Amino acid sequence: MSKLDSKIPEGAIDQKWSKYRSTVHLVNPANKRSLEVLVVGSGLAGASAASSLAEMGYKVKVFCFQDSPRRAHSIAAQGGINAAKNYQNDGDSTYRLFYDTIKGGDYRAREANVHRLAEVSSNIIDQCVAQGVPLAREYGGLLSNRSFGGTQVQRTFYAAGQTGQQLLLGAYSALQRQVGMGAVELCSRHEMLDVVTIDGVTRGIIARNLITGEMEKHFGHAVLLCTGGYGNVFYLSTNAMGSNVTAAWKAHKKGAFFGNPCYTQIHPTCIPVSGDHQSKLTLMSESLRNDGRIWVPKKKDDNRKPTDIPEEERDYYLERRYPAFGNLVPRDVASRGAKERCDAGYGVGASKMAVYLDFAFNTARYGRTEATKRNIQNPSHEEIMRLGKEVVKEKYGNLFDMYQQITGENPYEVPMRIYPAVHYTMGGLWVDYNLMTTVKGLYALGEANFSDHGANRLGASALMQGLADGYFVIPYTLGVYLSEEVSRMSAEKDKADSIDKLKTKHPAFDAALKEQTDLINKFLNIKGTKSVESFHKRLGLIMWNKCGMARNKQGLTEAIAEIQALRKEFWSDVRVLGSADEFNPDLEKAGRVADFLELGELMCKDALHREESCGGHFREEHQTEDGEAKRDDVNFAYVAAWEYKGESNWELNKEELKYENIKIAQRSYK
Amino acid sequence: MGSGHGTELNLTLKVWRQKNSKAAGSFETHQLTGISTDMSFLEMFDVLNEKLISEGKEAIAFDHDCREGICGMCSMYINGRPHGPKQGVTTCQLHMRSFKNGDTIVVEPWRSAAFPVIKDLAVDRSAFDRIIASGGYISVNTGNAQDANNILIPKTDADEAFGAAACIGCGACVAACKNSSAMLFVSAKVSQLALLPQGQVERKERVKKMVAAMDEEGFGNCTNTGACEAECPKGISLENIARMNRELMGATFK
Repeated sequence: MSKLDSKIPEGAIDQKWSKYRSTVHLVNPANKRSLEVLVVGSGLAGASAASSLAEMGYKVKVFCFQDSPRRAHSIAAQGGINAAKNYQNDGDSTYRLFYDTIKGGDYRAREANVHRLAEVSSNIIDQCVAQGVPLAREYGGLLSNRSFGGTQVQRTFYAAGQTGQQLLLGAYSALQRQVGMGAVELCSRHEMLDVVTIDGVTRGIIARNLITGEMEKHFGHAVLLCTGGYGNVFYLSTNAMGSNVTAAWKAHKKGAFFGNPCYTQIHPTCIPVSGDHQSKLTLMSESLRNDGRIWVPKKKDDNRKPTDIPEEERDYYLERRYPAFGNLVPRDVASRGAKERCDAGYGVGASKMAVYLDFAFNTARYGRTEATKRNIQNPSHEEIMRLGKEVVKEKYGNLFDMYQQITGENPYEVPMRIYPAVHYTMGGLWVDYNLMTTVKGLYALGEANFSDHGANRLGASALMQGLADGYFVIPYTLGVYLSEEVSRMSAEKDKADSIDKLKTKHPAFDAALKEQTDLINKFLNIKGTKSVESFHKRLGLIMWNKCGMARNKQGLTEAIAEIQALRKEFWSDVRVLGSADEFNPDLEKAGRVADFLELGELMCKDALHREESCGGHFREEHQTEDGEAKRDDVNFAYVAAWEYKGESNWELNKEELKYENIKIAQRSYK
Repeated sequence: MGSGHGTELNLTLKVWRQKNSKAAGSFETHQLTGISTDMSFLEMFDVLNEKLISEGKEAIAFDHDCREGICGMCSMYINGRPHGPKQGVTTCQLHMRSFKNGDTIVVEPWRSAAFPVIKDLAVDRSAFDRIIASGGYISVNTGNAQDANNILIPKTDADEAFGAAACIGCGACVAACKNSSAMLFVSAKVSQLALLPQGQVERKERVKKMVAAMDEEGFGNCTNTGACEAECPKGISLENIARMNRELMGATFK
């Protein structure tokens, strides 16, 4: 029998969730007060879960490594959040959002979870607006929508180019309200270093106070990991500098299976690398693809300025290859399109590793509309462009400013140069329908879990999933387990050495604390010659070159050996200065890089074993004649859930994916 | 030029070093050569830290995270100005093309009694979290919301509220103010919620609680100088402070 039980409720797809949440066990209010929940991470998933659970009466503690929960990287999401409101009367529905997400994920996501996500999507918008999140409005006072990739309806809600910021500040304000009321204890500048389990059940965590270096034990009846994705394994990504896999990875080593680690999203529109000093990459929102057209010159090595290249000598390759979706194809397809053109020698800019994202066409279109609105007869080209720029500025001003800040070029005058970059990881800790990992009492929410996006996430769906998990899923599903805890506590109430009496005095906490303290001292005592940063950079290069946008057997095999060697070198030659009992960012990073060095190997092994192409996972050996991803549904329609067995040793478990409501098909955007 | 054609700079850096909140600090001078004008200011610090580590010296601690100008974590006081010489950008979005070859650059932490130094350039801004916890929210539990389009909000009000909500909580306003006043930060949140229909019920209580929390944290009073607005990387307007004062008057006197 499989070790994996996804606990998907019985019944028709559109009845599963409503029936399930109406019939699961509840925890009565008096008992909630004695149940402690630890939430690790304070992004959309963490802040929304923590505030919602505290509102319900649970005792909640929140941990984040940043100086404030408001810094979590959800804040950087630009474009928007999807919801099946159908405010635009353009044919949207719960089913269509469900369908688009399954198809967008290249038929590698779990149907029941995705349908639930689509069902609660509307409630998220309602909740956020009630909190005072200033989403964009039309002149009539109603909410505004825009289009995103992989869909043909307008279902994306937004707040200029700062949607993630506004949604996070909404969740943060709800969280701070609970902090102010004493219902949530906030532990900022704290990093979770391990999960404490007793007899296979989660009982708490070990965390390090990053200011004093003190190692702390925290007891919890349940632990929620809302710690985001692991894109920083590539060193260069759109993730924040501190985004890391440590909490999820430590959980993995304590028994939580890791699902589909190789599914990485490479976002097509990022600002290209400018030199070796590059520390991170910056995204240019997918919403720009609404109004920008992507092209390269038709001639190789064309060094003319983009504005000097006439229309007929430009190759709008996405519009050419995918007439139905054009520039709005999903991210994986758009990214591979850019890579294909650059690899073939048509790239632009100094590095030749970039394509143009050009706004001139739509600026002119907006300008003409404005001229008509203002009743300007026969406007000149200059006038049209001036009026059009005003509209573009209103829609994307902050993104254009950011581009100019970073590149020194004015995108209102010349097309942006863009290239794909690592952005999001669809893989993550395997969870069941309740969002529980394979370790009892340990949950994963938001990007940290694997469940909803299959092999490719659609734009504006990450914010939706993070908030769905936190506001509308975990408040119901956590009770399923905690009601069992209540029974256990009641049965053990006279037991002198019960965990409820001992809490962090249980020896398991001391053992875990010692293990993590030893690990920190180990970093400091290597006293090698190379910086933590240099190892991270080298790992990133291996991952990008051999486990990036395109992968093949030979490259992956080499990468595994290279990562193993790099890890060995790290543990004998890394230099970490300073001490353990102080604020020491370099020491923090050493722990994170050590974990990336293990995760990278698993990602390559997963990519190597998956002998097909699907979504963001493109194996060069498996493509159609015209270069599209070629899935193998007979042999690979499953979630690969890896069980940790020791260094470089994992056992593969499979969760079969059954499509009962959507007909599995070749994904086409042509 | 931004397409990989950056020129190179030689610079002198005077950086504040301070072991912890209790220790006395002092400036440390470093020479840097070959800094590309395409680098961000923090990437220049990465180069410096790598150099220090290779020499066996401890890296300089500084706060940073998203490096795209939105998380509000980066916080360097550069040549006497929070976030440096360019208007409307955070430290992480400041690029070296804003400097000249041979420049001396002085880098300090935010300086305010309410923001104690943790180490080197990193300070403790948890006072801001506590101010928000005192009332910077609308009390709506999860699940209590009506349909989002039942609340009609004029676009101009929504835009104005958004303008105030764009605050990233970096604390540059406090660092810029000779009184270390947090009024721009607090007023941005008060304004956002006062401008929206959802925020009306708690409007009076909110402003009173938030102003009281701000005073309790030890931030100074407004100087009417406007340095906060001038140095705010997100262009939060002084009008918010005027609005907060009106709100407070309205809430206090009936």
